[in-house]
Amino acid sequence: MARRSLKEKLAILSDAAKYDASCASSGGERRDSRDGKGLGSSGGSGICHAYAPDGRCISLLKILMTNFCIYDCAYCVNRVSSQVERARFSVEEVVSLTVEFYRRNYIEGLFLSSGIIRSPDDTMADMVRIARTLREQENFRGYIHLKTIPDAAPELIDEAGKWADRLSINVEMPTETALAKLAPEKDAKGIRKTMAEVRLRREASREKTYRGKRKARFAPAGQSTQVIVGADGADDRAILSQSSNLYANYALSRVYYSAFSPIPDSSKALPLIRPPLMREHRLYQADWLLRFYGFEVGEIASDGMLDLDINPKLAWALANRAQFPVDVNRAPKEMLLRVPGFGTKSVQRLIAARRHRTLRYEDLKAMGAVMKHAAPFITAGGWSPRGLTDAASLRDRFAPPPQQLSLF
Amino acid sequence: MRQVVLPVIGTVAAWRREARALAAAGVSPEQVAWCVGEGEHDLFAQNPVSTGIPREIRLSKAALQTIDSALCHSDPERFARAYATVLRLSNGNVRWGDRSDQAIRRILADAKAVGRDIHKMHAFVRFRELPADGPRRAFAAWFEPEHPIVEAATPFFAKRFGDMDWVITTPTVTATFLDGKLSFSQTRAHDRPPEDATEDLWRTYYASIFNPARLMVSAMQSEMPKKYWKNLPEARLIPDLIRKAPRRAVEMRDAMPTDPPARRAAVARSMLEREVSAPEAGSLDELREAAAGCTGCPLHGPATQTVFGEGPVDAPLMIVGEQPGDQEDLAGRPFVGPAGQEFDMAAQAAGLDRSLIYVTNAVKHFKFVPRGKRRIHQRPNVSEIEHCRWWLNLERRLIQPQLIVAMGASACASLTGSGTGILKRRGSVEPGPEGTPVLVTLHPSHILRLPDDLAKARARADLQADLERARSLMEAAAA
Repeated sequence: MARRSLKEKLAILSDAAKYDASCASSGGERRDSRDGKGLGSSGGSGICHAYAPDGRCISLLKILMTNFCIYDCAYCVNRVSSQVERARFSVEEVVSLTVEFYRRNYIEGLFLSSGIIRSPDDTMADMVRIARTLREQENFRGYIHLKTIPDAAPELIDEAGKWADRLSINVEMPTETALAKLAPEKDAKGIRKTMAEVRLRREASREKTYRGKRKARFAPAGQSTQVIVGADGADDRAILSQSSNLYANYALSRVYYSAFSPIPDSSKALPLIRPPLMREHRLYQADWLLRFYGFEVGEIASDGMLDLDINPKLAWALANRAQFPVDVNRAPKEMLLRVPGFGTKSVQRLIAARRHRTLRYEDLKAMGAVMKHAAPFITAGGWSPRGLTDAASLRDRFAPPPQQLSLF
Repeated sequence: MRQVVLPVIGTVAAWRREARALAAAGVSPEQVAWCVGEGEHDLFAQNPVSTGIPREIRLSKAALQTIDSALCHSDPERFARAYATVLRLSNGNVRWGDRSDQAIRRILADAKAVGRDIHKMHAFVRFRELPADGPRRAFAAWFEPEHPIVEAATPFFAKRFGDMDWVITTPTVTATFLDGKLSFSQTRAHDRPPEDATEDLWRTYYASIFNPARLMVSAMQSEMPKKYWKNLPEARLIPDLIRKAPRRAVEMRDAMPTDPPARRAAVARSMLEREVSAPEAGSLDELREAAAGCTGCPLHGPATQTVFGEGPVDAPLMIVGEQPGDQEDLAGRPFVGPAGQEFDMAAQAAGLDRSLIYVTNAVKHFKFVPRGKRRIHQRPNVSEIEHCRWWLNLERRLIQPQLIVAMGASACASLTGSGTGILKRRGSVEPGPEGTPVLVTLHPSHILRLPDDLAKARARADLQADLERARSLMEAAAA
């Protein structure tokens, strides 16, 4: 094989990495290089340095170390049975790309993943070496996200957590059976055990020692995972149940949903479809409702699938109209959070303001509430929805208008 | 009317100074005209026009910070609005954060717009490398912000790029970071730095990371508006990427699946060759491995792993708890969580040697309901205990203990057939499966649930007494 240039390798190995949704660079440890002895800063909110025409942000240099892989996961472009071009970065190449891109303010840091070469341990060891070189030789203080290779040795996970801000390991499929079918070499229990180990290590690193010293840091920005949506037959309820289980079990920072998108040289085992982007969007909305709005999975995905036409909170409110309208001047916080059009911030502002005076309809808009959605579900000074809350046509106000099907 | 001219550099600090002086002199907002420029800006060169009531400006920290950022907005009325508002705030005529007040709403909106502009500057400044004189590398960038934010936005770059020298030039103000010192000057020449070879690599990355099957141009433009495109090296690719995306996506969809390359077969062979060392037949390890794959009841689904028993295979004493908890489920070992620690303390106090005990649970998977970031423990039901007894029986037959301690109702149900009336039965020895005596006691987790320290101490003493009893029974049997 001809030797590839750095540019060719970058094209192949970033193309191979684009199906990973995560780009978060927020949270974690506060670091900077004001002392002039290093490069980079992190902590606080992340920055999206560019946006690709697919609307997704580019904040990290997201690449694979190599796209050679001994696994045969049907949904993955890099599976062993695929004909895609293969390449491999050396440690120095990844380090220099990261540092040069970072110095020009293109990126927040590195998101390194990899196909599995030789064995999980060998692959993980190479990835850890890249992270260590960045931290120790280049004094790099930016963000590093390492993908954890399932079944890698605990010592390697330990070292990965020492250098990286975030670790992630993809559960890939909503159910164990789907994973067994589409990714025969991966093992759902093994993935969960690795997540459990990361959580235990993170908790241990946050405890102070007997003398009040902090232990060595371990993945300060937490761990995350990704689920592919639409490659198997699982419904939204199954996907969200898995997410709520993962949040509780392993204290994940995020579960990413990635609409299954056709890949070059796809496997015969999978449908070649348009990526279900709207479904992905609704899943993210539902995920937020689970984490910040006090909803349970059974409430928002009671029919199995989320409504694609209207957002899940609105769908819940329409199905539970007996609980509305809500009086914004009296209702408890838990109920205000369930009003469509009210976000966590507007609820916070609303509660702070109603200590001082009675809130009127006009005030709510100034607090950031989306009144088009909220109006039928609330009463406020100068506003009562009267029959609107129970009107049979209420859903039509929010759903997109029906369309004539094409005759051809 | 009085003219206050604020300097181009240090505008906000100058406004604060002037506003304080004006308030102290009792000048009302409508008597002041504010502007930014290079003219004379010495307040006391001219005498105050009229003096109302002198005021001292007192503001909350949150208000001060927001007003400071709102002053970085390009709206010419911002100084007058801020001065009028701080006077009203100091007088108590309006409450900070009250969004029904028009001026405050506007200040909050301005501060938000400035925050966004600063954020976009942090995101979209693109450095180009220049030849350096010393050991520090040198970079330069040209950027056009919407508002006069250079002084507010550039300390971020000083923190981030501490080991290099850089210059960020904007149409009005230039920020220079040299040997660790940040300074500002007015921009004289509007020169862009020369192109940098790394930009080509960056464009390669930008084009490759884009997935044409997910084209969403409006989402991109709402976050990266066109006004920034002219200074972004990657932006020139965008029209072409958009134009070709539908065709590329269709091509990917239409491409027929291909046959796997020869590599596939070789890898499959090598995966098969990896030997797996099988544990000895009939051993505890074999049992543990078999249990790890148990799907006998629905509890295996949400849990992390099977938590099997632990201890020497010839242990004379077997301790049976209810089920693994949160910590046990994560670690894969029994009795390592808070209840396990209670047990350890009691066992140590009772003089039990941990190396003589085999600890396990009646149910081998953690049963819980997820609630936010926590898992709420659920008691296993009869059928789950029933299913898991199979494993417990196998363990028991292999260990052949002289005595079993059943802790809690679930363990009692599994071992004696009845989990009721546990408070009355505690401390008694009952006939267990296949004649092994079972000592009944409470589960140590109930100690954790007791509200007051006195009750806790009593419960601990009771547990210790029961374990002491277990020890004496064993010693009697051995003698």
